[in-house]
Amino acid sequence: MIAPLLSVEGLTKRFGALLVSDSVTFAVEERELHALIGPNGAGKTTLINQLSGTLPSDAGRILFADEDISHLPLEARVRRGLARSFQITSILPDYTVLENVALAIQARSGSSFRFFGRVGQERALNDEATAVLTRVGLVGRSTARAGTLSHGEKRLLELAIALACRPRLLLLDEPFAGLGQEESQASIALLKELKSDVAIVLVEHDMDAVFSLADRVSVLVNGRIIASGTPDTIRVDPLVRNAYLGDEELA
Amino acid sequence: MTGGTAAAANSSRAWRHPAVWLFAAFLALPIPAHFGANAYILSFATHAVALGLAALSLDLMLGIGALASFGHAAYLGIGAYSVAILSDMGHDDLLVQIPVAIAVASVFAGITGFVSLRASGVYYIMSTLAFGQMLYFLAQSLSAYGGDDGVTLAARSRLAGSHLLASDLGLYYVTLAALIAAYVLLDRIVGSRFGRVLGAVRQNPMRVRAVGLDPFRYRLLASILAGSLCAVAGVLLANQSEFVSPAFMTWQRSGELLVMVVLGGMGRLWGAVLGAICFLTLEEVLPGLTDNWKMVLGALLILAALGRGSRLSQLFKGVGR
Amino acid sequence: MSVSLLVVQILNGLQLGVLLFLIAAGLTLVFGVMDFINLAHGVQYMVGAYLAAMFVTWTGSYWLGLTLTLPVALAFGLLLEVLIFRRLYGRDHLDQMLATFGLILFLNQAVRFLWGSEPLGVAMPDILSGSIQVMDGLRYPVYRLALIVAGLVIALGLHLAINHTRIGMLIRAGSTHSDMVAALGVNIRRLFMVVFGFGAMLAGLAGALVAPILSVEPGMGDNLLILTFVVIVIGGIGSIRGAFIAALMVGLLDTLGRAFGPQLLRLAMSAAAANQTGRSLAPMLIYILMAVVLFVRPTGLFPVKK
Ligand SMILES: Nc1ncnc2c1ncn2[C@@H]1O[C@H](COP(=O)(O)OP(=O)(O)OP(=O)(O)O)[C@@H](O)[C@H]1O
Ligand SMILES: [Mg+2]
Repeated sequence: MIAPLLSVEGLTKRFGALLVSDSVTFAVEERELHALIGPNGAGKTTLINQLSGTLPSDAGRILFADEDISHLPLEARVRRGLARSFQITSILPDYTVLENVALAIQARSGSSFRFFGRVGQERALNDEATAVLTRVGLVGRSTARAGTLSHGEKRLLELAIALACRPRLLLLDEPFAGLGQEESQASIALLKELKSDVAIVLVEHDMDAVFSLADRVSVLVNGRIIASGTPDTIRVDPLVRNAYLGDEELA
Repeated sequence: MTGGTAAAANSSRAWRHPAVWLFAAFLALPIPAHFGANAYILSFATHAVALGLAALSLDLMLGIGALASFGHAAYLGIGAYSVAILSDMGHDDLLVQIPVAIAVASVFAGITGFVSLRASGVYYIMSTLAFGQMLYFLAQSLSAYGGDDGVTLAARSRLAGSHLLASDLGLYYVTLAALIAAYVLLDRIVGSRFGRVLGAVRQNPMRVRAVGLDPFRYRLLASILAGSLCAVAGVLLANQSEFVSPAFMTWQRSGELLVMVVLGGMGRLWGAVLGAICFLTLEEVLPGLTDNWKMVLGALLILAALGRGSRLSQLFKGVGR
Repeated sequence: MSVSLLVVQILNGLQLGVLLFLIAAGLTLVFGVMDFINLAHGVQYMVGAYLAAMFVTWTGSYWLGLTLTLPVALAFGLLLEVLIFRRLYGRDHLDQMLATFGLILFLNQAVRFLWGSEPLGVAMPDILSGSIQVMDGLRYPVYRLALIVAGLVIALGLHLAINHTRIGMLIRAGSTHSDMVAALGVNIRRLFMVVFGFGAMLAGLAGALVAPILSVEPGMGDNLLILTFVVIVIGGIGSIRGAFIAALMVGLLDTLGRAFGPQLLRLAMSAAAANQTGRSLAPMLIYILMAVVLFVRPTGLFPVKK
């Protein structure tokens, strides 16, 4: 068997006395959609922060594509193909939608220490950015200032920027949060499509989305993974039912 | 800010760009000054243009990169002392003085930036202030150059062997040429790949990191660029005043540069130049009205700061973007 | 370099350090608790000195003058808080810088307007005038010794107040987690006012204490402000303990460097070269120290924020 794309061993994080990630161990295979669920405050965002390098870990090891990336900063991990989206939208409000996406493409294609050419006129960047925006269905808003987008559109832009990094593994922190019915259906369809060429760790509270998308589900409670398996086994796992889901939700 | 403040991007609209008007006015200024035979106007204008260049360079940091450096006047000092010291050593040509000033400024900006850019927020502001002050004390200790009193220059610098700068008009146009060249350069840079990253770092450093870029490098290089351009301003300023002293680089002067940039509207380059002119004009006019003009100026600054973010300033923000 | 000279310079350094601490203590809290860039802290020190000059002259007694100065300096700080500062909490640092920079211009000119440009002197209290024998062949002015002692006593008092009173506990909590304190239902505006007024009073007190030995003049706080910043950066924003240790470090390093730098260098180079290098290097020492500290610990020696 080949090594998984991402494997995490004993990852730990404390905020003062509060143990937020308690020796988390799990793995994500190539092209797997791995859902991470758990109640509010379980430590999902913190785990994403640790995986992406946004927060340093207190202990543990992260292997990505056979490389130990535990001590690399966020930007170095992104360059190796580990991109993330943020639960709280993080975009460049003064730039246009297109410029937001083009920056991510620029970051991985050629040097950014170029001082004279007009970046706004770089065809290659703009074309690829347009292609990404088409894919997420935001191309109609290309020239709008990102700060003026609606909440749903901002979530899509957040996703588009992450995609534009052309990652091998995408860490998505509640990409559907606050989306309308239609928007989230479209996003779910998009993730289904993405699954075929990129591995995804998906943090999500929307159980319909999780169970329809995930290849595997891990359940995080109080910083510990209490169960991990296929959606079907998780659905019936008594531990999970007790600790988190509540019986009626799965009935 | 789509692809820089491009004066040249759309040539059919170029004439509408405020920068074009501003520079046209500067170019024409010596004409009335000539007929009015008021030499003072020309010297004031040279002063304003040189400080406009300094403010312009600061706008790259503050307006584009959101780096509120409170030590920018140090680079004026580096430029000015380059003139004094090199002239004293017999190198009185701008072609020597400017490259040396730029080299020294780059090294200083590189070292201090390396330290202060790692710290954030309040630490950054305070440490830039302190490093600026360090250079001020260094200048003060140079007894060979008059210490605290400074030193009068024997003559203005030469330019490629010529004595162009000896005439006030020559100096004015050389200074103006430097300002326009710097503006064009920065306008290009703002619209470039580098400029796009720098602008992104201003808006949201975490987002920049999350696409795989390290904000530190872009901030550091912006600091070096801005410091270098400001050192050129210092070289010209020294020639204008024909005198060099630590007073070029007080922290109050750094504060004034910040005020100029904010006054003119941050992030649009020409605004910094306009801000410099407005500020210096205010400094020129107010003393004629009252002995306590600094109280008036101070009060105006307080009101401007309190009012920033108000409706009125939002209105002006849209101009020339 | 004789021992007595060394002792004198150490005492001078302590005196500068104590003075810096009094000014830095309030300011580091203003930075820490409110995340507020206050450039006008130096002019509050100046205002304290002017108030002392005025009240001492009026009453003819240093002690009465000092007693009057404290509440007025406090009131003045609170007035500024109400009129200006409180409108700038939570705003961009740049707005805070501009406003407080404007305030410096305003107040420096205002004292000139009210009291003239000539430096003012303040008479020393009789019991503290003169000098005493500190050691063999070394006399040191009593007032300066008293200043050091007063500073140390105030530092101790502050330490106790910060660590053992309810308000001190709130201030400490405010420096670490200001949002949390607000969430706990503490009246954050009142806490800010207390910190601010208190900081202004300490700065004013520092001004009043040095008034008899320095000339009281416009702009006297400007350069001291930068030294205070150096102290705060070294000590770590929001840390009283950091401010205390950094203030003594800066005071001693600056004084000893200026006094002995050239002599030390003379061991390694010619007298003339050592003189110029020493005189150039000495004033830069504290900034170099700051750079080193920042480089090793970007949030100072005693960081408070998590
Ligand atoms: N910077 C921090 N300092 C202290 N505690 C923190 C910090 N960030 C998170 N926490 C705490 O860690 C715990 C886990 O938070 P986290 O945001 O990771 O949860 P989550 O599973 O993402 O929750 P949600 O579903 O609401 O997004 C919470 O109790 C939170 O209060
Ligand atoms: Mg979360």
